Amino acid sequence: MRLEGKGIGWRYGNGPWLFSDYDIAIQPGESVGLIGPSGSGKTSLGRLLAGYEKPLTGEVSVPGRSPNHTGYDPVQMIFQHPERAVNPRWSMARTLTEGWSPDAPLLDALGIKDDWLRRYPNELSGGELQRCCIARALGPNTKFLIADEMTTMLDAVTQAQIWHTVLEIASKRQIGLLVISHDHLLVNRICSRIIPFG
Amino acid sequence: MALLEVTQLSISFLQYTKGSRQQTVTVMENLDLAVNEGEIVAVVGASGSGKSLLAHAIMGILPANAVYSGSIRYGGELLDEHLLRQYRGNEIALVPQSVTYLNPLMRVGSQLQTKLDGKAQASERKGLFKRLGLGEHVNRLFPFQLSGGMARKVLVSTAAHSRSRLIIADEPTPGMHPADVAEALSHFKQLAEEGCAVLFITHDIEAAIQIANRVAVIYAGAVVEVAPASDFQGEGEQLRHPYSKALWQALPGNGFIPIAGSQPSKSMDLQGCLFADRCMSAVDSCMSKQPEPRQLRGGTVRCLHAT
Repeated sequence: MRLEGKGIGWRYGNGPWLFSDYDIAIQPGESVGLIGPSGSGKTSLGRLLAGYEKPLTGEVSVPGRSPNHTGYDPVQMIFQHPERAVNPRWSMARTLTEGWSPDAPLLDALGIKDDWLRRYPNELSGGELQRCCIARALGPNTKFLIADEMTTMLDAVTQAQIWHTVLEIASKRQIGLLVISHDHLLVNRICSRIIPFG
Repeated sequence: MALLEVTQLSISFLQYTKGSRQQTVTVMENLDLAVNEGEIVAVVGASGSGKSLLAHAIMGILPANAVYSGSIRYGGELLDEHLLRQYRGNEIALVPQSVTYLNPLMRVGSQLQTKLDGKAQASERKGLFKRLGLGEHVNRLFPFQLSGGMARKVLVSTAAHSRSRLIIADEPTPGMHPADVAEALSHFKQLAEEGCAVLFITHDIEAAIQIANRVAVIYAGAVVEVAPASDFQGEGEQLRHPYSKALWQALPGNGFIPIAGSQPSKSMDLQGCLFADRCMSAVDSCMSKQPEPRQLRGGTVRCLHAT
């Protein structure tokens, strides 16, 4: 029941291979850190695992992913720049409920306030937007979560708060986490296993 | 005299609620801050506390529905639309927070080069690219081809040149590799040593205290504390405001301790201290009136209990 990439490779156009013949596996309920220099392909690897792209070589296997990628995907990804991950013309209420309807306790745990829902993305700060993106990704069918620099734009108090909430939900629902980050201290804190990348 | 002086800055947004009915939401109230020549002042604080708004207010790029009052002075002159037009992108430079500030249809190299740039700036930028570990080929890339960290470095190199006298750096380092962060920081430090004033907006407190002279802590649109950078150490005993302490103790390297609750949104019209509902030592007097800034141990603080 694990999320697995086998012999996967990726490059942009005719550029150099960012990674090739790469193997990675994440068990349900475990938290894995991925650390490497910028531009080494960490986000691209995340995108392949989350099913946004098909790897050029090798394959990604996910339990419960529909063959033609329709419906809610069991692998959800949270991006580094939330302002690029939401539709600027949608109100936050519409954005939040795109995949499922987050319940009040979750919104509360993530510190999302009711009056944000009427606003548009450009009326929220990066940190506020990111909380909404996290709520959007934590639907009941989420089995794996790829957090790409998820709290990089948040202050320390909010970062600690959000990670405590996400880790609690992940351990309760046995969600597997892939934490992509530059912050060694953070990854040491929250991950049981660390993969150096690039 | 301070090169940049922000006094009593308040910002509010005009929003449509239902149909043509409008409401005003205040997001920043009576903020005071000054930056001297050759000084780096770091602004740290809660996400959504108005750190970026401060930068946008100084640069005159607030959205159209924003209303602001108070004054922003640059070199003693009131920084109005006319003066901004003269200085912006020239003496006053902004390192924007997000990659979306790059033109998606222009190659990196051609949008970094402005009309004002001569040979000197071009070679300076070349040196900076090298220092930050960006290859020559990056000049020919479009923004969508940059990774998160690479984009940050490109943004840093937009403003960090010696022509600038005031640099407003809005979250310049997140997503960058530690070695590159150190390189970018030392570049800001170097510019400050040459007499440039830097307003360094960040939530990376560790980065802030490495290069800043003073650190201003913002919470819910107000500066709750201004402290010398050296006060951020140990368990945070030297810090004056309870929020600054909480921020320090929540770092992954310190305690990773979250505090409950969240920042109030200013539309709730709080009477008392903005931090009161999350504060361990709040008493009745904290709820009735917002504490005024006062001097304490070489810094300023807005808290009744700070000693």
